[in-house]
Amino acid sequence: MRLTLHVWRQANSAARGGMVTYQLDDVSPDESFLEMLDKLNEQLIERGEEPVAFDHDCREGICGSCSLMIDGIAHGPDAATTTCQLHMRRFRDGAEIYIEPWRAKAFPVLRDLITDRSAFDRVIQAGGYVSVNTGSAPDANAVPVPKADADAAMDAAACIGCGACVATCKNASAMLFVGAKLAHLARLPQGQAERRMRAKRMVEQMDAEGFGACTNQLECEAVCPKEIRVSVIAAMNRDFLRSSVF
Amino acid sequence: MGTRWLANFLGSSIGSKVTVAVSGLVLFGFVLGHLAGNLLVFRGKGALNDYAEFLAHQPGLVWTVRAVLLVALLAHVSMAIRLQLRNRAARPQPYARNATVQASLASRQMLLSGLLVLAYIVYHLLHFTVGATDHAAFEQVEQVVRNGATVQRHDVYRMVVTGFGHVPVAAAYVVANALLAWHLSHGVSSLFQTLGIDDPRYLSWIRRGGIGLAAVIGAGFISIPLCVQLGLIA
Repeated sequence: MRLTLHVWRQANSAARGGMVTYQLDDVSPDESFLEMLDKLNEQLIERGEEPVAFDHDCREGICGSCSLMIDGIAHGPDAATTTCQLHMRRFRDGAEIYIEPWRAKAFPVLRDLITDRSAFDRVIQAGGYVSVNTGSAPDANAVPVPKADADAAMDAAACIGCGACVATCKNASAMLFVGAKLAHLARLPQGQAERRMRAKRMVEQMDAEGFGACTNQLECEAVCPKEIRVSVIAAMNRDFLRSSVF
Repeated sequence: MGTRWLANFLGSSIGSKVTVAVSGLVLFGFVLGHLAGNLLVFRGKGALNDYAEFLAHQPGLVWTVRAVLLVALLAHVSMAIRLQLRNRAARPQPYARNATVQASLASRQMLLSGLLVLAYIVYHLLHFTVGATDHAAFEQVEQVVRNGATVQRHDVYRMVVTGFGHVPVAAAYVVANALLAWHLSHGVSSLFQTLGIDDPRYLSWIRRGGIGLAAVIGAGFISIPLCVQLGLIA
């Protein structure tokens, strides 16, 4: 495959960035998107140029490190797929591909395609935990959890915190992420004691980080690699209302 | 006690959204009631003018509703604009290549459709509530015989027929109500999501019902200027 890549290059967070165009030949349809970028970087290094910086870690679709806005879609065109699990056979030979970092005030670009997503960490630190010493693992049947609640909590806990919801949202809102982190604790008995305080604190931190507000366009749901549903946002709204007003 | 909790709530992103949703629900409720009243035009002159006369004799009710609507409108518009500014600030650098996966055009143009509807509301009030745009048509009265005596009352029916008899005026109302329907096609289902009402048992009802109700409201309001133009109401 022969590709034309338009890649965002930015030396550091203070520098002005811009799109730079590269030609890349001999791309195998079996390569992953990140392997294709590795190939581009090998060529750049051989030419004595700076390689393109991008986040990656497990390359198995479970760690949440990889990002990339590919032709305007977070994690590219495949549903329920992270960038590292996206393969080049999804693109046609001769394709032009636009590759950009997540764009949000709360996710400043550090270099090229890498953004600082520690705003998510600070939201979690604000209340995304259960603050009791859990000791050793109890018997699984010691605390009964209805199957529907266990399933819903597990679905929400699938969030890998990649930030695709923020990146794709027209308002750069983090409500799918925060909703998921709240929902996976709110559906379990262990999460009840701090439930209302957690919702209030995490939403306050989310606002303080400069994320936008949800306008119910469901773009986040469409690109989330873990298929988190916007029902977690409705659940967050309920818990926030209870903690703030009722 | 105190009001700090309220300031905190209204200042938060979700508090602002809930304010837009609740005020939107109030305005939506009024639109439904207003449509029901307007559709009396199809039952003839007597029915519409009876209804208008009934309202004219309920100043307490009418002014209470107007006050509630004014507060709801101010809250709805001001909070929506504030949210929009916050949302724009949340992405200072736009994407070079932008794509939309499933967001409807209506959902992405709520501020535009909302502000156009607001401009229409101002015109509509000047036209049919204040009578500033066509004073002669607004002042028309009807003579009715009641208990053997002849009394005068406001002829709303003729005011509507005269008003919608002008092609540009009728066209403006058709366009404005299409915009209102477009606004509601996202707004109605969206307000339920914001208020956290999204149980899977009735979620599809909310999403489809919102679009359906928006279509019914749009068609209902548009039918009146259209029927006047077609000569079906005269």
